[in-house]
Amino acid sequence: MITSPVARILKSWVLALAGIALLALAFPSQAQQAMPPAPYAYTQLEDPALEAEATALMETLRCLKCQSQSINDSDAPMAGDMRHQVRSRLLAGESPTEVRAWLVRRYGDYVSYQPEVSATTWPLFAIPLLLLAIVGLILLRRLGRTRSDREARP
Amino acid sequence: MRLVYLVPLGLFAFFAGLAGYMLTQPKAQNVPSQMIEQPLPDFALEPALEGMPGAEREDFVGGEPRLLNIWASWCLPCIAEAPQLERLREEGVEIVGIAVRDRPEAVADFLQRYGNPYSRIGADDISSLMLEIGASGVPETYVIDADGNIRYQHIGDVRASDVPVLLEKLDEVR
Repeated sequence: MITSPVARILKSWVLALAGIALLALAFPSQAQQAMPPAPYAYTQLEDPALEAEATALMETLRCLKCQSQSINDSDAPMAGDMRHQVRSRLLAGESPTEVRAWLVRRYGDYVSYQPEVSATTWPLFAIPLLLLAIVGLILLRRLGRTRSDREARP
Repeated sequence: MRLVYLVPLGLFAFFAGLAGYMLTQPKAQNVPSQMIEQPLPDFALEPALEGMPGAEREDFVGGEPRLLNIWASWCLPCIAEAPQLERLREEGVEIVGIAVRDRPEAVADFLQRYGNPYSRIGADDISSLMLEIGASGVPETYVIDADGNIRYQHIGDVRASDVPVLLEKLDEVR
């Protein structure tokens, strides 16, 4: 039996916190999980090869609700609905490239984690090559010079 | 010391400064749809509750431009925008609702509490129409012209200040 006033206050705080935690738990689950998920949101395709293709694709598609996760990693209902689209479209015979293009047409490059060479991204691919070329040139000049220095010496 | 040796340090300072500056900038949360100025894709959704018609592409063709409102009974901002949608309805705008991942009883309960500005409500149980039109969240509101083309996207709840904007866009595409 708890008798001291401090303990009584503590106990009421714990009860209040537990109540808040329960409320927080109750609302989203009551709200969004009342509907069953889309058929292929959490169900793998029967063909293991096709499922592997789907997983590889889903790992490089961005969840729109939880923007730092791929739809393969996310438990957001919308990510589930996107997985359903990916799996059912692959099952219907579309290629992963076509499915990605279908999403990019709707959401732009934003939805894809796969880097593409485009008008805005080409420097990302060009600059490393340029730097390598510069380094190569410098090395060539220096090594070339030391050799010629040595040859010049008697 | 030759000045050229300071170039790498200068570059480093530039990129560190740029990264520091970008960290202080707010991140854009909205993903705009790329389907603006595109025809509304073909779709047909079952009614979201008894006693109201469902929604399909044909419902947007002919007559006046309409609003397509993506919402759900479980979405809190949708409660906030309900009075604004009611205002738009009073202005004579037809609003077609799309209820996302929702149960008929929950839809009926929401409409009873917060009003029903919709002419018809389709049930989008697996976000199929959302994904077709490039919507990334709930609520979103689209202006659809009388030829069934998507002309404008409003992301988030419709606030009082958005009502004149939407009315103007509806007028523009008339």
